[in-house]
Amino acid sequence: MSTQNRFDWLKAVQLGAIAGITGILISLVGMLQQFDSRDIIAGSLSMGWTMLFLTVIVASYFSAAHQPSKLLSIAASFVTGLVFGFVMCLLTYAVDTFDLRQTLVNASPALVKILTFEDGVPTGLVELVVTVTIAGVVGGVIYILPQRIRKAVSLGLTVMVFLGLMQQIIQVTLSNFPQVNSATAWMFGRGTQKGLSFNGAIVVFLVVTLSNLFWESNATKVNSQIQKMPENRQRSLRILGYGLLLLVVLYLPVLLGLYLTEVVNVTGLFILMGLGLNIVVGFAGLLDLGYVAFYAIGAYTVGVLTSVSGQLSTAFEWNFWWALPVCIFVCVMAGIVLGIPVLNMRGDYLAIVTLGFGEIIRILALSDFLKPHIGGSQGIVSIPPPDFFGVLLNKPQTLYYLIVAGCLLALFVSQRLRDSRLGRSWKAMREDEDVAQAMGINLVATKLLAFATGAAFSGLSGTILAIKLGTIYPHSFALLISINVLSLIIVGGMGSIPGVFIGGLLLAGLPELLREFSEYRLLIYGALLVVMMQVRPEGFWPEETHKREFHENEQVPTQEAA
Amino acid sequence: MALLEIDNIHTYYGNIHALKGISLNIEKGEIVTLIGANGAGKTTTLRTISGLLKPREGTVKLNGEDLAQYKAHEVVYKGISMVPEGRGVFARLTVTENLEMGAYSRSDKAEIQRNMERVFTLFPRLKERRTQVAGTLSGGEQQMVATGRALMASPSILLMDEPSMGLAPVLVELIFDIIQQINKEGTTILLVEQNALMALGIASRGYVLQTGQIVLSDSAENLKKNPTVQKAYLGME
Repeated sequence: MSTQNRFDWLKAVQLGAIAGITGILISLVGMLQQFDSRDIIAGSLSMGWTMLFLTVIVASYFSAAHQPSKLLSIAASFVTGLVFGFVMCLLTYAVDTFDLRQTLVNASPALVKILTFEDGVPTGLVELVVTVTIAGVVGGVIYILPQRIRKAVSLGLTVMVFLGLMQQIIQVTLSNFPQVNSATAWMFGRGTQKGLSFNGAIVVFLVVTLSNLFWESNATKVNSQIQKMPENRQRSLRILGYGLLLLVVLYLPVLLGLYLTEVVNVTGLFILMGLGLNIVVGFAGLLDLGYVAFYAIGAYTVGVLTSVSGQLSTAFEWNFWWALPVCIFVCVMAGIVLGIPVLNMRGDYLAIVTLGFGEIIRILALSDFLKPHIGGSQGIVSIPPPDFFGVLLNKPQTLYYLIVAGCLLALFVSQRLRDSRLGRSWKAMREDEDVAQAMGINLVATKLLAFATGAAFSGLSGTILAIKLGTIYPHSFALLISINVLSLIIVGGMGSIPGVFIGGLLLAGLPELLREFSEYRLLIYGALLVVMMQVRPEGFWPEETHKREFHENEQVPTQEAA
Repeated sequence: MALLEIDNIHTYYGNIHALKGISLNIEKGEIVTLIGANGAGKTTTLRTISGLLKPREGTVKLNGEDLAQYKAHEVVYKGISMVPEGRGVFARLTVTENLEMGAYSRSDKAEIQRNMERVFTLFPRLKERRTQVAGTLSGGEQQMVATGRALMASPSILLMDEPSMGLAPVLVELIFDIIQQINKEGTTILLVEQNALMALGIASRGYVLQTGQIVLSDSAENLKKNPTVQKAYLGME
């Protein structure tokens, strides 16, 4: 923050320009046009414009944060908004005047139409500048609000945008419950572009903001009330809480319906893998980029053992429940076998070699050499769904329970391991291998156990994938999966178990919900990772000590000895 | 019989011949210092003793037992503990967790508790900061953590690699006082230092290392008077 008592022009203009460049990018890659076909608030706010507004609001928020006083903050946000508007104006004008479509496909009249609110160049440009400048000032106003209100307002806006984005899914899901039909009809818009209705949006915003404010101002009171209760009351309250949570978890597939349950399942498989990789990378500090190998080995083992296609050279045709422990065992072994050659490697070298392993496994699965045994490029088909005491696990709603069971198991194991002697030696090894060894930690065993545990979780995820799809192909095990799982750990917070869940929801669940925009998935991913590393390098839900490492100076430096 | 006997060790980094036949003895209860310039092989000697590097030739014996049969992580169980160069604290663990890691080789809970108390008595500063993440401590405090962590293993001999490195003079004095105190409480110390004057001030004997060989060994008093040492390591003309 600026210590000088002067208006920081440079920062305000700079941030506006950065936002402008982002805006140009959003426009020219075609995101704006594609996102414009959907509304967040029916008839008033499209998704494309929401993106532009978010860009300028975030930029002017930071611009406001650099100023010494509240008044100057507002001024700075105004300047930032204005610069952004000016840049967007230039873009619109350029697109309108010159024909750039030869090289920039998206620099089309349609783009101009969106940016000028369909009013054409001279009038629309003024509207454009005025609108985004107002949005910029909104960013500044959000900044000068007291922190509690700022948090509530941001949350309210976020929830509003999210609900608008998810309108279709929510409405389809809620159509199973005719009791709420009139309420949903009122809340959501009509027509093709949908989104929330105008009234619905305002109500959502107000309800979320006010309830957050209410909760924040009463949370400490409630907490101290609970603290005051006798121990056994506290425990029963906690059990009640867990019980309710469990009930919700068990009842979720009924509530969510087919499609959302499927989304949850995909997320669950990623979380399961994430929990495994979190042990390898987060706890033990071994950067493994070939993690997908174990996912593939798990899936292929269950495929070979249970497939009833008759196309493989050896037909085991086992029951899934018999095959499952064998699969886990095979994965653990694979973890150890792949771990041995990399025992002496650290950091980047380890990453590159494991990357190679991942590819080797995929290419082996593709190869003609192993085709008679594992099907080559045709993969393995006819993997029968398992039967659980008479219930066939063949649809999302039933598979859900298997995935939840797997995640809970992995959660339990991770949590126990983290606090164990082994967990501590993993962390020590992550910090400094030599010193850890000098403390008496057996590096070989410790490393191999990390690889083996990680492989087991990933393998479990793979086996569930195999029965979920019923068929497996080599191309399901691309490098991108490893990268994806690694990203979700980074976004959630390295070494943090709740972080894996957050990361999974953000990087596996959300993209699944927004499938229609999957073209831009990697672009948004990249942007998200860059922003994360700048703003919140410790992740969304970091491990306690990791958070302290990054924000040590923000807390009271010394605690008096007790 | 000396507590630690090193006989003619040769250690290599790949093809680089780093230690060319080093022999030294440390008696129980001594502070012995190993002085020398950068790259003389001081750290390599310590790493060889603690088993992180294996000598191609020669033996390291503790209480007459050859350590070659033990792997690096087993050496600490024999009673050799190291304070590594550059402190090597576990940056993302708290002070307490660092100390607990130091006791990894110990299973007696009461003993660990005693050692923890001892470390907190030696370094009251660490007690104040025990819940703080070690990576955010100052250099001097990190040196305290590294020293305390090594003591948690109840070593019979403590190997210290440049404890004065990068510390303010007042802190160096504090650390050296504590080294003497640790020694008085019964721990033998092998101290590797570039700060030869300070090291010779508290040691009973010293070895001078030059390009992988010991060129001088004598009592600390005599070394301080030795003209070669004075010129090369004490900065006197």
